[in-house]
Amino acid sequence: MAPGQTLPGTETGTETGTETHQVAAAAVPWVTLVWNDPINLMSYVTHVFQKLFGYDREKATKLMLDVHRRGRAVVSTGSREQMEHDVSRLHAYGLWATLQKQ
Amino acid sequence: MTGVKRTRRGLVVSFDDVEASLLRHLVGEVRALLADGLPAGAAPADAELAALTGMDDGPLGPNGHASGLDDVSAPEEPVDPALARLLPDAYRDDAAAAGEFRRLTEASLRRDKVSAADRMLAALPADGPGEVRLDPETVESWLSTINDVRLALGTRLEVTEEMPEPDPDDPDAPAYVVYLWLTELQGVLVEAAE
Repeated sequence: MAPGQTLPGTETGTETGTETHQVAAAAVPWVTLVWNDPINLMSYVTHVFQKLFGYDREKATKLMLDVHRRGRAVVSTGSREQMEHDVSRLHAYGLWATLQKQ
Repeated sequence: MTGVKRTRRGLVVSFDDVEASLLRHLVGEVRALLADGLPAGAAPADAELAALTGMDDGPLGPNGHASGLDDVSAPEEPVDPALARLLPDAYRDDAAAAGEFRRLTEASLRRDKVSAADRMLAALPADGPGEVRLDPETVESWLSTINDVRLALGTRLEVTEEMPEPDPDDPDAPAYVVYLWLTELQGVLVEAAE
């Protein structure tokens, strides 16, 4: 899987023009954060990052280690709608995820 | 210990009789925790029916969410720590946004988790030992359901990253042994899924 496959089905923004929407999203980016917790296995978290975001093993492992050592990591960036979608998918897998303005 | 082996047609997980019934019991408990508060009909009680029909995310539009959440009271983080861990806030420092997100999505998240639990209950050996063959999609579903059980149990046990094993006389010791078994099963499944 490729990183470009990250955000399927999230094109529906409030803007009518795609270009306008992308500019607006780029101007005020949002981020999805994953927080460390004592229960989720390191191997599982790495697996979920690969599955959901199409990250390769190296990138997924680095993100997992950031979560583990620093307490949290930004796992995706984009519009608010896209980040809400990512948070929902992470919650479905049981990861502790939130979104906020960058 | 539960065995997992890779075959050309997916993973094969073999359970002894104790493990299968233990897992069935635990998944059933978490399923009940998540289904409690869902609108009637949104969470099929019959595991086999759920397995046949797949996920039920059809009829509930925005109105369905709203009416369904009427009897769950205000959309706040659940009081039960285990349930709160399974259904966490999406916004950390914005209670209004967290509440709105929960109002729109919590029923759907619960339904998806209940549906995954139902599919696992339907696939587990009914009585005694048995083998279950899992295609890649089912492996993902099992991983999330087993993880939900670990989250609920681990939260109740208040596990920490450097937790020493409890004293054998500790009333939590049996539950902790179960937690460790689930952790091992999860680890083996993740590894086999790579």
